[in-house]
Amino acid sequence: MSGRAVVVTGIGLVSCAGEGLDAHLAALDAGAPARTDAETYAPYPVHPAPALAWDGQIPKKSDQRQMELWQRLGVYAAGLALDSAGVKDDAAFKGNLHLVVAAGGGERDYAVDGAILTGLRDAADPGAYLNERLQNDLRPTLFLAQLSNLLAGNIAIVHGVTGASRTFMGEEAAGVDALRIAQARIASNQIDAMLVGGSYSAERPDVMVIHEMGGFLHTPAFQPVFAREGEGGFILGSCAAFLVLEAEDAARARGARAYARLGPVASDRTRRAPGSVGASLAALWHQAGLAHPATVISGATGVAPITAEEQASLHQLAPDATVTALGDIVGHGLEVAAPFGAALAAGLVAETGLAEVAVTTVGHRRGEGVLRLSAA
Amino acid sequence: MTRDSHRDAQGRRLVAVTGVGIVTSLGQGQDENWIALTAGRSGIHGIARFPTDGLRTTIAGTVDFLAAEPMVAPALSERFAATAAEEAVAQARIGRAGDFPGALFIAVPPVEMEWPQRQALAEASGGNEAVTYAGLQRAAATRRFDLWHDLFIFGTVADRIADRFGTKGSPISLSTACSSGATAIQLGVEAIRRGEMTAALCIGTDGSVNPESLIRFSLLSALSTQNAVPETASKPFSKNRDGFVMGEGAAALVLEDSEAAAARGATILGYVLGCGEKGDGFHRTRSSPDGAPIIAAIRAALDDAGVGPDGIDTINAHGTSTPENDKMEALGCMAVFGERMGQLPISSNKSMIGHTLTAAGAIEAVVSLLTIRHGRIPPTINYAVPDPVIPLDVVASARDERVERVLSNSFGFGGQNTCLVLGSEPA
Repeated sequence: MSGRAVVVTGIGLVSCAGEGLDAHLAALDAGAPARTDAETYAPYPVHPAPALAWDGQIPKKSDQRQMELWQRLGVYAAGLALDSAGVKDDAAFKGNLHLVVAAGGGERDYAVDGAILTGLRDAADPGAYLNERLQNDLRPTLFLAQLSNLLAGNIAIVHGVTGASRTFMGEEAAGVDALRIAQARIASNQIDAMLVGGSYSAERPDVMVIHEMGGFLHTPAFQPVFAREGEGGFILGSCAAFLVLEAEDAARARGARAYARLGPVASDRTRRAPGSVGASLAALWHQAGLAHPATVISGATGVAPITAEEQASLHQLAPDATVTALGDIVGHGLEVAAPFGAALAAGLVAETGLAEVAVTTVGHRRGEGVLRLSAA
Repeated sequence: MTRDSHRDAQGRRLVAVTGVGIVTSLGQGQDENWIALTAGRSGIHGIARFPTDGLRTTIAGTVDFLAAEPMVAPALSERFAATAAEEAVAQARIGRAGDFPGALFIAVPPVEMEWPQRQALAEASGGNEAVTYAGLQRAAATRRFDLWHDLFIFGTVADRIADRFGTKGSPISLSTACSSGATAIQLGVEAIRRGEMTAALCIGTDGSVNPESLIRFSLLSALSTQNAVPETASKPFSKNRDGFVMGEGAAALVLEDSEAAAARGATILGYVLGCGEKGDGFHRTRSSPDGAPIIAAIRAALDDAGVGPDGIDTINAHGTSTPENDKMEALGCMAVFGERMGQLPISSNKSMIGHTLTAAGAIEAVVSLLTIRHGRIPPTINYAVPDPVIPLDVVASARDERVERVLSNSFGFGGQNTCLVLGSEPA
């Protein structure tokens, strides 16, 4: 059942390419990342966050201080999305606006962690030492900057988006499912509008530890996603993307501009085996209702062998389409990949008049998703 | 015109509960938990899992009879979830083993690498100089720790539960802080109402009593420090309450389109009649002083269920035993239920099992269904010194009463407020 048409009426984007839709359409055109920092976290390159005038979206310094980078990026992008939907100053609209966030968790205090690990080596009583150091050295508010659902909490506080929020965790698939659930709730008349998105800070040594375990990080310098050799891997990118989704009739009634329609989102979790990703994408492609998109924005991670499988699958599904790896524009932002791809695709549909654009997301460990953005 | 018996007053599919499972510090399974809960037994005790030297709070409602390897929050949470889900799926007699005919919605605690693993990496980084994250990264690059990648990413618990039970589609891992368990149920209800599936497995689980998690809550002054007599520390609605006690556990519910459940001859345990939620942008950890979001969430749940305040027989409170929560929850309830609040039984399971955080909304939904089934309201133990500013009918010892509908409240950091209405029959 497809139900009501759902349109994208607001887009907020932040990445190494800058902020806003125009900067990202230009980056998409260029087909290469605007900035790569291969030095700071060597051997791991990252696509760093741009310099932002935080005050523009997060007016209170006290709010800025309460957040770590991943939250600030997300709150900033959410503000851009509300601006672009023309609802930033509409307190009533925002007070009823529901939110689905796709996110992991927040930063750590690297100095504290290092000092504790160093001290633990010679601690006579390691348990007591750990307790004492954590109790004395952890900033109480750091917890709130780490909690997954506090990105949504900060969006409520800073922007007054207080319908209600739900935070989906679980890497790439969380971003796909956030869009899937939001689209379905609107299409089925359960709700009229939703703010959906996520944010990710790549400039975090702790996430590099997590993804180095398993060998998922590409080193030492940028290579295009589909040209990474051997085991491949991803280059993390600091990024955030939010979309305002609305029922088409509701958007029209308030005179909002619809960038594109978002069709029912197709997602699945197949047991990974040779060929499973390609087969899953093919099934989801048809489920999403894609016909002949001229452009595909792929969230491919660069991880082997699934990236090559996706490429081969896309070549069969859309032999004439231009396939652009989102990772080549903004890097890999895990939970953010699908919302970022969807927002960029919606922008592309609006700016170029393309009939439909496909967005794919294949999780580095699990989960596949296909989205269809089409002319509104 | 007669109403389709499988539709609610708004014409939506009715959502039945056909199986439940529960694990708390009081035991494993509905029977053990129900006996302990109605006997007013406490599951709170001194923490034995790790050294508590120097901590301000040294008690918790840990689940000590189930273990995981390694003993880290995601692995333990997975174990609790699997245990609760086995019970729920078996009771529902749905699908075949490893082939659950519906989706998975699971509330899991946010995942992070933990100290034993950080220490192992630090050790493997070698050298005698100060430990840095660059060293941990070098250790990770030895490939010796590759199995920990999956252990410490957010989607793994759901992935493994999905594999084990054969749920369909992409499983959803979610967090709405301390209302997560209720949100998992709400997502399942909505999916069934949309007609996307006829069954959903909804789980809330939490096994995160470890030093850093405990200390984080402690640093926010959220925890009780009444360590001397652990079983009396959690005292919701009492004047001398001083914070919550961390708890662990899980609950699972098999939700079904009532028509599909009836068609396969399933025993219906009750219905999720309504779900309501409302965000709060006042503060990161505190509720709006006027209680408006809590009031709105309760009203939204009642509206969604199609019942008025008079249709509720008892409230399964969020009742954390923090000064803030219990005051605000009482304020919200009094605003919605008015004078009737003086005679409307309200009780907090957290007095016995502590605050099971991510799992709480699901555990308390299961207890609400058991309350309906047995016609007995579990007590709020330790209610010796009532708080005079919140004059409620707190159930101090188990009370036998016919209960057709329960309001179950869940509130969390980050402005999360989620309420459920559970009932014996369609509204």
